[in-house]
Amino acid sequence: MTGTFVGMPAFPVAAREALGDTQLRHNLAHATGVIRAKRAAVVGEVDNWEDLRLAGAAVKERALTDLATHLEELERMLVAHGATVHWARDAAEANAIVVGIAQGHGVDEVVKVKSMVTQEIDLNGALAAAGIAAWETDLAELIVQLGGDLPSHILVPAIHRNRAEVREIFLREMGGAGRPAPADLTDEPAMLAAAARAHLREKFLRAKVGVSGANFAVSETGTLVVVESEGNGRMCLTLPEVLVSVVGIEKVVPTWAELDPLLRLLPRSSTGERMNPYTSTWSGVTPGDGPQEVHVVLLDNGRTRALADSVGRQALRCIRCSACLNVCPVYERTGGHAYGSVYPGPIGAILNPLMQGTGDKQVDSLPYASSLCGACFEVCPVRIDIPEVLVHLRSKVVDAHRSDTVPSAEAVAMKGVAWTFSDARRLARAERASGVAGRVMKRMFGVTLPGGRAASGKLPGPDGGWTSARDLPAPPAESFRAWWQRVGRLGRQGGGES
Amino acid sequence: MSARDDILAAVRAALADATPEPSPVVSPVGVVPNDLVGLFAERVADYRAVVERCSVADLPARVAAALPPGARVVVPSGLGLDVPGQVVDTGLSSAELDALDAVVTRAALGIAETGTIVLDHGPDQGRRAISLVPDVHVCIVTEDQVVADVPDAMGRLDPSRALTWISGPSATSDIELDRVEGVHGPRTLQVLVVR
Ligand code: SF4
Repeated sequence: MTGTFVGMPAFPVAAREALGDTQLRHNLAHATGVIRAKRAAVVGEVDNWEDLRLAGAAVKERALTDLATHLEELERMLVAHGATVHWARDAAEANAIVVGIAQGHGVDEVVKVKSMVTQEIDLNGALAAAGIAAWETDLAELIVQLGGDLPSHILVPAIHRNRAEVREIFLREMGGAGRPAPADLTDEPAMLAAAARAHLREKFLRAKVGVSGANFAVSETGTLVVVESEGNGRMCLTLPEVLVSVVGIEKVVPTWAELDPLLRLLPRSSTGERMNPYTSTWSGVTPGDGPQEVHVVLLDNGRTRALADSVGRQALRCIRCSACLNVCPVYERTGGHAYGSVYPGPIGAILNPLMQGTGDKQVDSLPYASSLCGACFEVCPVRIDIPEVLVHLRSKVVDAHRSDTVPSAEAVAMKGVAWTFSDARRLARAERASGVAGRVMKRMFGVTLPGGRAASGKLPGPDGGWTSARDLPAPPAESFRAWWQRVGRLGRQGGGES
Repeated sequence: MSARDDILAAVRAALADATPEPSPVVSPVGVVPNDLVGLFAERVADYRAVVERCSVADLPARVAAALPPGARVVVPSGLGLDVPGQVVDTGLSSAELDALDAVVTRAALGIAETGTIVLDHGPDQGRRAISLVPDVHVCIVTEDQVVADVPDAMGRLDPSRALTWISGPSATSDIELDRVEGVHGPRTLQVLVVR
């Protein structure tokens, strides 16, 4: 498996394969457990965490509901600070722009800081096709790239590799890509990190072109923000002569001051730290400091499609913290690859169909990759109601197949879902009667389940909203098995062609 | 139509039902610690950075003690302090910086709640590369530069400057989520808080 997610089997098939891999399941369970505990500790020490979540959601919502105005302002401010702004409707346009810039400088390599958007458009593939090597510089991305592998987690893309595997990959592959790993390399994480430092340093020092994404783009000031841990981001943003940042149009934050709640929410939600080691902000070109040629590519690639869905639009608030992945019982068992996309887990299950539309077998299977337990909403720092959007998308998938002469597998699957949803008691039995299930039911059918809570209510207990999510048991075995059986059938039908 | 016009038109069409909110969102209050500087020192140390508090008179000796013996040290032109083994940055190349052992800078401010130092790369801090490439970073923060929380910092910082927020030494948890200090940025961060 190399390079791209294109042609991935539908979720149930890929999930079954992943479930068979005990090493993967062990790594995932360990990793998600560690992150959950760290997050709980640092979220618990913030008294007004729920206020922060409300503010974070409101900031992103404000950005999205007047996005055109903010984008025009962002462009104006970037240009005023010496940047060149490009617009790309889709992956091909964005890739052509970046390849063109690299070719214009006659380089055969670029250094990259981890960026999901460049994975989304498979920029590395496009650069490779033009004879340009794209060096991933994030440790996890390096592991994934050297291993000829695909990332499986937003935050820890190599979460599916343990230290012994990393050592093997470094020993085997580093020499072919540059400075080899030392022959006496052990599997101590500190030694592995030191090997990565030495391997990448020569690339940082000689690179002429750097490529990044951005976590946020402040329209008022033309400021891009990159949040990271290792310093590879700072290297890519500072040392090359030319910097190209590919930024999804949903990354906009209207004002400088409104960055504040997001900068407080993201590190605690993501790596479970009060603050991540490094955050870089810059506006265009800084004379005498860093790249003197700065490009920003503003990318649509399905975002306006998602924006047009008034229920699904909230998914574009996502700040890619990955908290929803770490609490998801489905994700913990299947891993990221099963989602067949750069955006895995609960957020991927809604973002991919929203951005790509219905009609593709793989994408259409994603809204079913959930037990609707609601843990993802409880932890989401920008309060994306993922269960609500999942239910909404399931009905869209079924609508899209309504005219099919032979009932599609999705329709058959949805029939079961619809039957379950058609009666509040049945749903209460099938899904855990959690606050979120209660809320979804209330919104859809005007009923309240026992245990149903108000969406904005602070939960009892010292850790607020977190406690119930962390202690959340796996969904009832019967419900999960029933779901599995339904989608398993879908998988067998859909999996034969690829 | 250009890609720009197409995208903006698609955005406007998608949002036909949405009502823009003209006023910025008001940030929730940050923490208000009793002992601002004490909390700052404690939180910086939590990241396994070395933190020391000292007087202005002691500063030169503390800086010297924080540096590896015989180190060649890059300093920004406006540091306002003589450092043993110093090489004043005059636009050194990346390779030249890589050959140096340490860097000494001041800071724009410190954030107590998160244990963060923010550099705005003024003359006493130098351009971004000098505090990035060497393996040891000694950073001087004065007590009156320490603010309580992130919202206080946002109000004091100038977003038109390039900023670097530093919370502890470079780190990764990419291998089995074991935190390892020191990947590409300085592996040692020493913070001197001056009264
Ligand atoms: S949906 Fe929410 S919890 Fe999930 S990655 Fe995005 S911001 Fe984080």
